[in-house]
Amino acid sequence: MAWQRALGVLLFLVCAPFAGGLLGGLDRKLSARLQGRQGPPVLQPFYDVYKLFHKQTIVVNRLQDFLVGGYFIFSIFTGCLFFSGGDLLLAFFALTLAEIFLFMAACSANSPYSSMGAQRELVQIMSYEPMLLLAAIGLYMITGSFFIDQVADRGISAIAFLPGMFFGLVFVFIIKFRKSPFDISASHHAHQEIVKGLTTELSGSELGLVEVAGWYEDVLLLGLLALFILNRNPWSILAGVATGLACYFLLVLVDNLFPRVRWEKMLNWAWAVTLIFGGTNLLVLALVL
Amino acid sequence: MENGDVMTIVAFLILFPFFAAVVLSQMKKPGKARDIFLYCCSALIIAAVIALTADTLTAGISRSYLIETRIWDRIILAGEFALMVLVFYYGFKFRKYYVVLLSAAQTVPIGWMELSGRSVEGEVHITVDNLTVIMCLVVGVVGSLICIYAVGYLKDYHRHHTEYRDRSPFFLSMLFVFLGAMFGLVFSASLTWMYFFWEITSICSFLLIGYNQSKIAVRNSFRALWMNLLGGLGFALAILYSSLVLHAADIQDLVFLGTAAGSRAVLTPVALLAFAALTKSAQMPFCGWLLGAMVAPTPTSALLHSATMVKAGVYLLIRLSPLLRANVAGMMVTTIGGFTFFAASLLAISQSDGKKVLAYSTVSNLGLITACAGVGMYEAVWAAILLLMFHAVSKSLMFLSVGAVENSTGSRNIEDMHGLIVRLPKLAFVMTVGIFGMFLAPFGMLIAKWAALKAFVDSRSVLLILFLIFGSAATLFYWGKWLGKLVPVIRQSERLPDTVHKDEWTAMWILTALVVLICVLFPLLSTRLVQPELIQMFHIRLSAIIGTEDVRVMIMMLCMIIVLPAVMWVLTSINRKKVVPSYMAGVNEGDDRHFSDSLGQPRQMYLANWYMEDRLGENKILKPSLGISTAGLVILMIVAIGGAL
Amino acid sequence: MKLSKSPWVLHYDGSSCNGCDLEILDSTTPVYDVERFGVVNTGNPKHADIFLITGGINAQNAPVVKQLYSQMPDPKVVVAVGICACDGGVFKDCYNILGGVNKVIPVDIYVPGCAVKPEAVIDGLRKAAELLDQKQKQMKKKRAAARKEG
Repeated sequence: MAWQRALGVLLFLVCAPFAGGLLGGLDRKLSARLQGRQGPPVLQPFYDVYKLFHKQTIVVNRLQDFLVGGYFIFSIFTGCLFFSGGDLLLAFFALTLAEIFLFMAACSANSPYSSMGAQRELVQIMSYEPMLLLAAIGLYMITGSFFIDQVADRGISAIAFLPGMFFGLVFVFIIKFRKSPFDISASHHAHQEIVKGLTTELSGSELGLVEVAGWYEDVLLLGLLALFILNRNPWSILAGVATGLACYFLLVLVDNLFPRVRWEKMLNWAWAVTLIFGGTNLLVLALVL
Repeated sequence: MENGDVMTIVAFLILFPFFAAVVLSQMKKPGKARDIFLYCCSALIIAAVIALTADTLTAGISRSYLIETRIWDRIILAGEFALMVLVFYYGFKFRKYYVVLLSAAQTVPIGWMELSGRSVEGEVHITVDNLTVIMCLVVGVVGSLICIYAVGYLKDYHRHHTEYRDRSPFFLSMLFVFLGAMFGLVFSASLTWMYFFWEITSICSFLLIGYNQSKIAVRNSFRALWMNLLGGLGFALAILYSSLVLHAADIQDLVFLGTAAGSRAVLTPVALLAFAALTKSAQMPFCGWLLGAMVAPTPTSALLHSATMVKAGVYLLIRLSPLLRANVAGMMVTTIGGFTFFAASLLAISQSDGKKVLAYSTVSNLGLITACAGVGMYEAVWAAILLLMFHAVSKSLMFLSVGAVENSTGSRNIEDMHGLIVRLPKLAFVMTVGIFGMFLAPFGMLIAKWAALKAFVDSRSVLLILFLIFGSAATLFYWGKWLGKLVPVIRQSERLPDTVHKDEWTAMWILTALVVLICVLFPLLSTRLVQPELIQMFHIRLSAIIGTEDVRVMIMMLCMIIVLPAVMWVLTSINRKKVVPSYMAGVNEGDDRHFSDSLGQPRQMYLANWYMEDRLGENKILKPSLGISTAGLVILMIVAIGGAL
Repeated sequence: MKLSKSPWVLHYDGSSCNGCDLEILDSTTPVYDVERFGVVNTGNPKHADIFLITGGINAQNAPVVKQLYSQMPDPKVVVAVGICACDGGVFKDCYNILGGVNKVIPVDIYVPGCAVKPEAVIDGLRKAAELLDQKQKQMKKKRAAARKEG
């Protein structure tokens, strides 16, 4: 068991940045094709990060480094925790800690755009956190444990019992992946109403770290979606990966279809979906189990 | 240690603070003598509490004492009438006749019961078990630290507020009266004794809120008084019912009647006691008094209104928790608690006054403890006790640091704390630790909330789960906002002179260390202190709720948080980076504070937090919350008591 | 891997009539698609490698242009798009126009036109990207030399 965990962590540490970057590249390519353009090469995110690490790093204060470093380390830590089969709820709490570090990094710059992005980021976290917790609770209720290696070892895939939770999770992942219509705090698009939002005052290697941490996080999130499909059958791993990718491309499609909405709408819809889909699923489980 | 020695410590802890209070009230002249006397008293109390803890941990059993009580019963009865006279005096002086009525309505029947010999002679009057020790640690250690803090704080408070009469000896002595009352409350096994100390705490709160004798302070103190007296009325009715009808004199009797003997009639006093606890812990719809109590000087807010007095209510609920499982009284407690947690978290978002945010946060966390106690099962009560401990430490630290900031900068508005990390770095650091301790992993409150969540899921309380997850998200928002206000590094900010007194720093640094320490030590606390208590209460033994692997991961996280700044410091000093102004569309005046407007004139930039007043403001959701909770409380009380009668 | 594979752009309008700006926008649209070269329009100097300026320099925008340029990390390239940015264009003799962008910051690439054709914009950006690579090589040499001395 221990070697399995170590293998999981190692695979994650080494492969996730490549997988995440590739996903980002595919995202941009697909978006471009949907818009009738050619789009950048699929390896573009790697070129971007390479460039960032070779630029001069300019900072607004000395505190930024520590906070961005904290975000980077805790994002990776969360992923390692997840892929070593650890406690799902603790992984979510660690992820929240990472997000708070990024938030503090944006606030520490005392810049108008950065602060706006930070406040919006906080609203985003408030919007998706209930659903994340509810998904973990759902998995716990049908498995009897928060530990991921036990959830993945079930006889029947979790999604059979948790369709509402799965749908709610995919919905709030629009926010988590920073896709339209809920990419209000920092976006890869050309919307510049708050310039670059959260990352406005970061540059060079700091920005590169944020990008790479984002890749780790993307892989973690897709892993969470795959977790709903995994069961004792080893073929389920393939099915899980396929589901994760399918959901990701669904999100890219949604990204290209919908314009950005105001934060009030985002909060309302996220909480409504959480309550209706997640809450109903929870109620059914509580009554039946 | 001999039984006699333990009883000596108990008596010391209850009586010595009263003695210290009398001495302090006579030391009218401010000066070193008074300060040192107070420090010594606090140190003695802390030492006594630690001795008691050590003994209980080694002895491992809970002890109960029946002492020769005729004299003490008479003294307590006299004390109750004295309190009633005090309330009458103030009620008539300020023409608030409702408090007169409330006080008479409860003291007279109790007096009649005692004097006409109808009260029941209980088996025990003093209990010392693990839960008592936990409460003693909270009251003794945190309370004493706050008293030490108060010495320095009051000096600055009166220097800034020359319009208020300096009644420092009165204030400091009341703090000790309160400590004594709290010790009395947690040591009491008998209901009547607990009731007496409960009333003392209500009066202390009333007197301390009205300390500066301004109009608004007087008004808020009477609001606190009537709400707490209303709870006291419930308590008195519960005592009357359980003495006259059930012939039960203390809580253990009630628990036995309700669980082992399966009596349903016990639900009536339980519901009434729960009502009293809900008022004392400022649950909806009674949260108004706690909000109003924030006009008092900070040590009051820290001691009474976050760390200790309001914990008396949830302490009572925890004692009653075996009786709250799967019945209407329990449903009342969990619903009110859960709803309060959710609603108060939302309300905290719209506040910018630091103390009001802390007040709503206190109400909200107390709601969570209440809900956990109301579930009435092992896991939930484990979470409740842990929440109690962690909250007392973190919240008192927050209040103390906000008070210190208010004295240093003149404002306790969060908007004015912008960039505190440069202006007052030590205070900002302490406040940051406090905020981290309130909602982030791997610190205590998060652990306890995690346990609460697990307990709710295991008991299939769907409503509580929903309240917890949505309230949790709102909690993250208002704490995150505050954190975001502390960290901006504003170029060329002046560092303000550190005018915080040594005793204030002592209290704050010790509490900061405690926040980290109890996070590290919580597995030990759980196995040595909390779990034995729960085994005794619920007669089952469960494995650790948060497993060793999780604990290992959390310790790892804690180490990373501590080591990270050091590592980054080393890395950044190797690599000098260019510092540039922040981006303001190219019109930054160069100081990061001003930008050039379209006519070329410098304009000040102002960054504010989001308060969402039009959606979550008090004028939007406070009244509906109070309405819903009142309706819920009344209906459930009627069902609980009516069903039992 | 080269820096030229990921040239991020800061597009600033000094005092342009917006003709050149619209053509720059056009170059991001499907027919011309400058993103296939990795070009992203970030509105943020701290993220940008290439400073794309249109319009002439006047007293009001001179300090702004200087500030934006100073907030860009090295290596950076300035591209003056349109004849107004190159030397003032039609407005060269106006009393408010100081001249082209090279009056306040060093310009590396000039893309004349009124308005500039999107193809010319793309050509200018390609050349700017190549220049980025050269500048990076120079930066590396300077750093190595400084380390040897220090």
